[in-house]
Amino acid sequence: MSKFIIRRVFLAALIILFGAFIVYAVIRALPSSYVETIARQRATMPNSKSYADWVAELNALFRLDTDVFTGFAGWLGDAIRGEFGNSWSYGIKVTEKFADVIWYTVALNIITFILQIAIAIPLGIMAARKQYSKMDYAITFFAMVGISLPSFFLSTMLKYVFSINLGWFDLYGIVGRYHEQLSSWGKLLDMAHHLVLPVTTLTLLSIGGLMRFTRTNMLEVLGADYIRTARAKGLPENKVINRHAFRNTLIPLVSYMSYLLPSMFAGSMITETLYQIPGIGYIAFGAIRAGDIPFTMFYSVFSIVLTQISLLIADMMYAVVDPRVRIN
Amino acid sequence: MDKKMGNTKDHRADASGENAMNQQKPENMLGDEQRVKVLSPGMMVLKRFLRNRLAITGLIILVFMFLFSFVGGILAPFRQDQTFHTTEIMLKEYAGATRNAELRYVTAPESEFTKSAYAGMILAKNNGETSFDSNGTHFAFTLLGQDTFLIEEAKPLAEVAIRKVLFGYKTAPGFTMPEGMKQAFESAYKAGEDTFIFEDEAYQIFRTDLGATIGKTRASALASMKIYDVARPEDKALIDSFDYRMAAEQAMAAGLEAFEHDGVIYTLVEDEGSYLITYASGNGEAETFGAVSEMIINAIMPDVFLTMEFKAEAAAAINDGLSEFNYNGQRFRIDLVHRTYNIKTDTETHVLDMYHAPDSKHLLGTDQNGMDMLTRLMYGGRISLMVGFVVIFLEMFIGILIGGISGYFGKWVDTMLMRFIDLFNCIPYWPILLILGSVMDTLEVDSYVRIFLLMFVLGLLGWTGIARVVRGQILALREQDFMIAAEATGVRVSRRIIKHLVPNVMPLLIVQATLGLGGIILTEATLSFLGLGVKYPLASWGSIINAASNPYIVTNYWYIWVPAGLLILLTVLGFNFVGDGLRDAFDPKMKR
Repeated sequence: MSKFIIRRVFLAALIILFGAFIVYAVIRALPSSYVETIARQRATMPNSKSYADWVAELNALFRLDTDVFTGFAGWLGDAIRGEFGNSWSYGIKVTEKFADVIWYTVALNIITFILQIAIAIPLGIMAARKQYSKMDYAITFFAMVGISLPSFFLSTMLKYVFSINLGWFDLYGIVGRYHEQLSSWGKLLDMAHHLVLPVTTLTLLSIGGLMRFTRTNMLEVLGADYIRTARAKGLPENKVINRHAFRNTLIPLVSYMSYLLPSMFAGSMITETLYQIPGIGYIAFGAIRAGDIPFTMFYSVFSIVLTQISLLIADMMYAVVDPRVRIN
Repeated sequence: MDKKMGNTKDHRADASGENAMNQQKPENMLGDEQRVKVLSPGMMVLKRFLRNRLAITGLIILVFMFLFSFVGGILAPFRQDQTFHTTEIMLKEYAGATRNAELRYVTAPESEFTKSAYAGMILAKNNGETSFDSNGTHFAFTLLGQDTFLIEEAKPLAEVAIRKVLFGYKTAPGFTMPEGMKQAFESAYKAGEDTFIFEDEAYQIFRTDLGATIGKTRASALASMKIYDVARPEDKALIDSFDYRMAAEQAMAAGLEAFEHDGVIYTLVEDEGSYLITYASGNGEAETFGAVSEMIINAIMPDVFLTMEFKAEAAAAINDGLSEFNYNGQRFRIDLVHRTYNIKTDTETHVLDMYHAPDSKHLLGTDQNGMDMLTRLMYGGRISLMVGFVVIFLEMFIGILIGGISGYFGKWVDTMLMRFIDLFNCIPYWPILLILGSVMDTLEVDSYVRIFLLMFVLGLLGWTGIARVVRGQILALREQDFMIAAEATGVRVSRRIIKHLVPNVMPLLIVQATLGLGGIILTEATLSFLGLGVKYPLASWGSIINAASNPYIVTNYWYIWVPAGLLILLTVLGFNFVGDGLRDAFDPKMKR
């Protein structure tokens, strides 16, 4: 087992290196006029460094004057020491900005995650228990709609109904107009109030997938012989479902959910942008749009690392949940 | 297990028994109509697919979408970039009025009252003096009425050097001094007078250190704050002539009600500092000749000629401090902006027909560029669907190639390619797409080139899923008996792959592709919504709904964003339904 994990971690590290290299190469391969345009734009801003200084800073940070491999090695050396440079659009250290905003994302995603599980799993089980019933069709249909809904359309509709027509929520942002005058408890409530629509959007979009996943696995388990045995020996249906069937669907479910865990930090770029929640997704979106290369580089590497960690966790959770995997 | 086998045996026994019976009874002979209909695998799939209601719904949606986009675009009465215009009543600036704050002058004929002379006069006036020199000419001015000055110039005619009783004359060029004039001057000089008269004309004597200068004064210019307008443009020269102005100013200064110029009697009608000048026309009726006021009124709109009556009306309204006035049945509004009066009026303006509400001509209204929404949606659908198909074909091509090689050859080739896929998978999807979108924005890439690049990148980033599916399938199929048989009979490798493996992978691939199409359309729509995908003048459903990032449009114009959103939702839903239905139909054991 430990040998497997070590090999897996090693592989993950290799993949992260490669991914970072790809992003670095893509940024380097950008037409040089792009970099120059960005530098020129930045130089025209008030109190800014001169154009030559910007180009020099860019060269120093990304070693554009050397070849790709030396440049990447140099960048990597800095990155391992936690030096990602200063963000161009936010003016402070990239890591500092990251530490400022990551918690909005985490809060948003943890709430969504809990809601998603609480809604999707019971519904998925319900659909599987009464396969081909009206209930099943309805749940399948709504799961499909949830998967097919464009996030921007859903959020626009939610805003139209709840923000514009009913006036219950603000259109944008994480804090209200009078946030600074509120007590600390009030501030928390204010933020929670602003998170309602984003959480609703994310939840509605994500329950479809989990619901279908639960239903498929549940159906597989319900068709197994040991369920028939359990029913044959006269166990009450609830016990059959909860004790025998559900526990066995947990294997794929746990690995699926452990896969979701690290993505909580990656941020939901689109939804955060639509509601202008200043989490890592929205901030990164702004940085990429503004041509903020240090932040873009950092965010890309960060999301690669997260993907690898989630794959790693999923693999390990498989082993934890399923003894058969452990023996192999 | 035993039980199952037993069953099968029993069944076989039954069947053989029946056969035996059939052979005995002629009506039970195996005729074509008695034979159990066996469907080909393809027909079975079709039958199962058609039985699935959701799948049929999805298929109907997709057929509708294709007709809507590809046929609808042909049938649509408008082009996709055709703009519509409308006339709109807008309050526009019509004229501007300011109170005249500087002296304006008319020069007398043959006089050379230049700009520098005018400046000198203003300077002298402000210093409280009444005379000044400019360009070697001596000017003097007198107050005629309020803010009205008559400027006279003294032209030096001769310089006289006087020594005791001797007078030495030095005349200006072009002037000869007759003897009689000399005598008149001498006697006036000796008497100590400042003027003398010769042949009914007055001459001035300016005493100097050496003697005196003889000069002749005459009117040079008339400076006044008043602005003169004429009723008929051909009278402009007359009203701007020095003599006419002189007569008018003198009459106004004296408070007279009429004055005479060139044999015509003009009547002055005063109204709060403005005057209306009328004269008796040929048939004896009073006709308006011009107007005098202190307001400068200019047209702001092009192609507008302000009549004198309008100016008089506007000036009167401004003097009365009104905010509105009517002229010729048209309503004008006066706004005071920093000493300037803006006169505005409702004007018909030719504008883009923006956000036109749905009606019989534009079934879904028009967008922010005045283009027909329905037509835009049809052409947008073409691009959305086309992007989806091109990308999925690209993904399939790369996926089948890599997955096929990996699965068929196995061993180190497989390991290597699978690691390569792992590496490829770690490329952060959205950051890369957003970076490329931003770069294309900065470099202002042409919108057609953008679409091709977008399709290429989407295909390049998305093939790994298909490669994995193909590889898994081929790994499983490779071990099956029919493949061993194919190998044993010596079928070529390429033929084994194309004829034996690929057809068996196809069903799953079709399912994957159908489900993938929905995802690609969503990705493209999201990118376009964020403004990083398809760009104006081309449209996709995502870029059409991009207008909804403006809350004002969300609030007021549902027809701009709801239809595009619904079309995306329905199309993706359609692909998902059909994909699901196909999966069930191809493999009934596979659960939904």
